[in-house]
Amino acid sequence: MVGARKPEAVGGVGDSVRTVVGLEIHVQLGTLTKLFCGCEVRTDAPPNSCVCEVCLGHPGSLPMLNREALELSIRAGLALNCEIAPVTRWDRKSYFYPDLPKSYQISQFDHPVAENGFFEFEVGGETKRVRIRRAHLEEDAGKNVHDTPGCTLVDLNRAGTPLLEIVTEPDIETPEAAYAFCTELQRLMVHLGISEASMQKGQMRFEPNVNVVITRDGVEYKTPISEVKNINSFRFVRDAIAFETSRQTDAWEADNGYVLGEKPNENRGWNSDRGVSDFQRSKEGAEDYRYFPDPDLLPIEIPSNVVARFRDDLPELPVAMRKRFLVEYGLSASDAETIVSCRATAALFERVVSLGAAADVCGKQFVNVWASLANARDVTIGELGVSAERIAELVTITVGGMINKSAVSKIAEAMVDGDASPTALAETMGLLQVRDTGATEAWVDKALSQNEEAVGEAISVSKKAKAATGFLRGQIMKLSEGKADPKMVGEVLEGKLRELRGE
Amino acid sequence: MSIPETAYELAAVVREQGVRAVDATRQCLDRIVALDGELHCFLHVCGEYAIARATEIDRAVDAGHDPGRLTGVPIAIKDNICTTSSPTTCGSKMLAGFVSGYDAHVVECLEREGAIVLGKTNLDEFSMGSSAENSAFGPTCNPWDTSRVPGGSSGGSAAAVAARMVYAALGSDTGGSIRQPAAYCGVVGVKPSYGRVSRRGLVSYGSSLDQVGPITRNVRDAALFLQVIAGNDDRDATCDRRAVPDYINNLTCEVSSLRIGVCQELLGDGLDSQVREAVRHATSQFVDAGATMVSVTLPHAKYATACYYLIATAEASSNLARFTGVHYGNRSANSETIEELHENARGELLGNEVKRRILLGTYALSSGYYDQYYRKAAKVRTLITQDFEKAFENADVVITPVAPTTAFPIGDKVNDPLAMYLSDVYTISANLAGVCAASIPCGFDTSGLPIGLQLTAPAYCEQSLLAIAQTYESHTDHHLQTPPLIGTS
Ligand SMILES: [Zn+2]
Repeated sequence: MVGARKPEAVGGVGDSVRTVVGLEIHVQLGTLTKLFCGCEVRTDAPPNSCVCEVCLGHPGSLPMLNREALELSIRAGLALNCEIAPVTRWDRKSYFYPDLPKSYQISQFDHPVAENGFFEFEVGGETKRVRIRRAHLEEDAGKNVHDTPGCTLVDLNRAGTPLLEIVTEPDIETPEAAYAFCTELQRLMVHLGISEASMQKGQMRFEPNVNVVITRDGVEYKTPISEVKNINSFRFVRDAIAFETSRQTDAWEADNGYVLGEKPNENRGWNSDRGVSDFQRSKEGAEDYRYFPDPDLLPIEIPSNVVARFRDDLPELPVAMRKRFLVEYGLSASDAETIVSCRATAALFERVVSLGAAADVCGKQFVNVWASLANARDVTIGELGVSAERIAELVTITVGGMINKSAVSKIAEAMVDGDASPTALAETMGLLQVRDTGATEAWVDKALSQNEEAVGEAISVSKKAKAATGFLRGQIMKLSEGKADPKMVGEVLEGKLRELRGE
Repeated sequence: MSIPETAYELAAVVREQGVRAVDATRQCLDRIVALDGELHCFLHVCGEYAIARATEIDRAVDAGHDPGRLTGVPIAIKDNICTTSSPTTCGSKMLAGFVSGYDAHVVECLEREGAIVLGKTNLDEFSMGSSAENSAFGPTCNPWDTSRVPGGSSGGSAAAVAARMVYAALGSDTGGSIRQPAAYCGVVGVKPSYGRVSRRGLVSYGSSLDQVGPITRNVRDAALFLQVIAGNDDRDATCDRRAVPDYINNLTCEVSSLRIGVCQELLGDGLDSQVREAVRHATSQFVDAGATMVSVTLPHAKYATACYYLIATAEASSNLARFTGVHYGNRSANSETIEELHENARGELLGNEVKRRILLGTYALSSGYYDQYYRKAAKVRTLITQDFEKAFENADVVITPVAPTTAFPIGDKVNDPLAMYLSDVYTISANLAGVCAASIPCGFDTSGLPIGLQLTAPAYCEQSLLAIAQTYESHTDHHLQTPPLIGTS
C-alpha cells in the first residue's frame, strides 16, 4: 500500500506512517438555470452569453433562489445520511477577484443545508465508512481566461452556477480509499440525478486535505496539512495523496520540526505531467472572508415533513443496488456495476426482468449488446427507443433457442432502427433457428458423410475425440448457415455418434 | 384650464383631456431650466424622452385609452434607482456615465401607470450622507434658503418637489434619507415598511434597511405613489407578498379613537427649541381634534445611531465591494497588479464619506471583531424592534421630530461626520425596526425654514399612517406654502 509504509521502512518496531485525508468536493448541480437567476447553465456557449444583471452583479440586482438547486442539495444530503437543517441561511464570502463580479460569493457559512452524515463505499472488497461533516450550497465564480498574451479576459457564463460543496471528516487513510470514495460519490451524484458529474466538464472537483501521522519510538508526530486544490480526476486524487504522503514523510525525516502547529498548512496544486504537487501558498495568516448573513436572501425553513417526503422519495443507492443485483438477479459484479451506473438503465433492466425475461441472459444482453448500441449513439439504453416489452421478447427468444448469440446483436440493431418485434425481425432477417428435428438430422448426416476422418476420431477413445466432435458441430452449424439450434445439433450428433460406436 | 398643483388632480384632468401631459411636462421642464442652475437638484434631465413620453400619453388619452393612475404626471427619480432612459450614477465618479441595462421595479410601476420621468436627482454618494453635500457632482441647495442644505441623502428629490420642478420624486431611505430632506424642504416623504416596496433596481447601500418611497407635495399624492410602487415583486426575495390595501380611498381616520404616542426621552437634549415647540404644537392639534395622547418609551433608541452605523456600514462594505475598477469606473493607468488596480480605482473614484463607511463596515465584519460589533449590533436591532412593538400596543402612531434642527448651512458639518450622523437620530430607528414612517410639514422656524413632523406606525400599517397624516394635513396649511424663490422664477 502506498498510504501506509511498512514500519521497517522508517525505523524500529512499532514505528509507522499513517496517512490522514479529508476531502472537499465541489459538485455542480444539474439544474437548467443558475442558483440565483434565470440564466441557463451551459459549458458550450460563447463567452458572456449566458449572463444577466444578477449574475453580472450589476448595481441594484438581487438574487432569487433556484428552488430546484435547494431540492437537489437536500436529496444529496439525505443520500449522504446527513441531518437536514431545519433552517438554512445564506452568507456572503468576501474576496476580490476579477471573476467574482460582486466581490463576494453567496455561500453558506454556519447554517449549511446538510450536516453530520456518512457515506459508505467499497475498497478491496471491504466496506468503508467516511463521515460527512457538511454539505452546503454556493454559487460558482466565472473564469479568468489568460490565452491572449498580456491580457486577462473574464467569462462570466459560469458565474452563479450552483455548486454543492461536500466536506468529509479526515477518515480516509489510503490513496486507494480516496479513489474508491470519489468514484462512488460520483456514481451517487449521477444516480440521483443531482449532477451530470462529468470530470471532463469540471462538474466535479476534488480538494484532498492530506497530512501524515508518524509514530516514532512510541511518539506521534503530525505533519502540517496540505490542501491540494482543484483536482478533476479520480486518478490524480489518488496520485496526489500518495505523493503528499511521501513528500511530507520525507520533509519530516529531513526536519523533525516539520509538524502541525509549528509549520503552516499550505495550498498545493497537482501537476499531473510531472506527478508532483507544487507549493501555491502558505495558509499562515489565513484570509479573512468576512462572512455575514446575506441581507438580500431570507433564511429558508425546511419543514420536517418535507425532509421526510424527500427521504421517502430517495431511490435505492448504487452500493445497495449493486449488491441486490448480484444476489437477486445473479449478475456478475462487473455487469451489475455497468447496469447500476445509470439509474434509468437499472430501472429499465428491472422492468424487463419483471416482464418475465431471464435475468442472467438479460444482464448479458444489456452489457454486451444494448450498451454498445447506446454508446455508439451517445444515449442511454432507455433512450434508444426500444420498449421494455421488446427487449424482454429478445431475451425470451434467445433463451428459448429460437435465435443464437450472433443473431442477437443483428436483431437488436434492427430493433433500434424500426418498430418490428424481435421475433418478426428474426423471421424476416432469416435468423430464426431451425428447431425441426428432420432438417437438423439432414444437416448432421451430410456433415458426417463429408468428414469421415473426423467421424473416425470422434468415435474413437483417443484424446482427439472431443476436438473432432467440436469440429463436426461447427461443420453442421455452417451447413445450416447458423440457423440450426446448437443444442439440438448437439443432441442429434451425440445420438448418431453413439450409434456409430455401436453403443 | 390652469395646470393643477397635485399629482392626483393632474392625472385626473389629463385623463379627461382637460390638460395636456405635454403642457404639464413643459411647465416642469421650464422650471428646471429656470431654477436648477441655482439649486442643482438634477444630475440628468431627459427632456426629449419626457416630451416623447408625454406626447405618447396624450395620444393614448385621445384614442380613448386610460394610461393609468399617474397619467401625465412629471416625476423625478433619485439617481441610485436604475433607469434605462438615463444614467444611474449614485452621485459617484465610480458610476459616472453608467447606464443600467434594466429599469428598477418601481420605475416600471410608475411608467406603467403613465408617469413621466423628467430626470435623475442628486444625492449623497451612494446615499451616504444627510445633506446631499457628499455628491461627487456638487451639492444641492435648499429652495427655501439656497445657502442651506436640502437634507439627504435624497436631497435632490426633496428640493425638486419643493421647488415644484416635478410633482413627485422617488427617494430611498436607509436611515432617514427620505424623511429628513422632506422635512428640510417642507414636503411630504414616506418611508414604507421594510419589504413593502421592491428593492430591485435600487442600488444597495444597507440592504436590510433600504426602502424606496415617495416625496410629494401632499399626503394624498404620497398615498397615490405608494399605491403604485408597493406590492410583491418576485425578483426581490425580501419583498413582502401580502396584498396592498387601498390607500387613496381610505385617507380618513376616526380621530376620537386615535392614540398618539409621544416619547418624552426623544424630546430632550440636542433638540432645537423651535422644532420641539412645533412638534408639541402638532401633538396638541391632534389632541384638540379628539385624539388621546399616550406616553411611550423607546428605551433602546439611544443606541440606534451606533447600531445603525455598524449594520449599514457592514452591509455597505459588502455591497460596494463590486466597484473595483474591473467592471466599473475608469482604470487607473498606473496599475501594475490587480490589487493596485482595485486600490487605485477605489482610492481615486470613491469619496471620503464612502471610504469612511466602507472601512468602518469592513472592520465590523472582520474576524475577531464580528461578535463584538456586527453581532452585537444585530442584537440591539432586535431590542429596538421590540421597543416599537411594545410602544404600538398602546399607540397607533408615534410622534417625534424628523431631525433635531431645521436645514443647516452648506459646509457646516462636512468636517464633523459625527455631528452629521447625529442629525439622523430620530429617523434611524424606523429603518432598524422595519416599521413605516412619514415626514409631514408642521411649521416653520423664525428663519422661515420648514419643520417636519415624523409619524411612525407599525410595519405594514401604511394605510393608517397615511390616514393619520392626512388628518393632520387637513387641519393645517404648511404643505401649501412654497419657497419664495418660486415666485421669482
Ligand atoms: Zn444570470
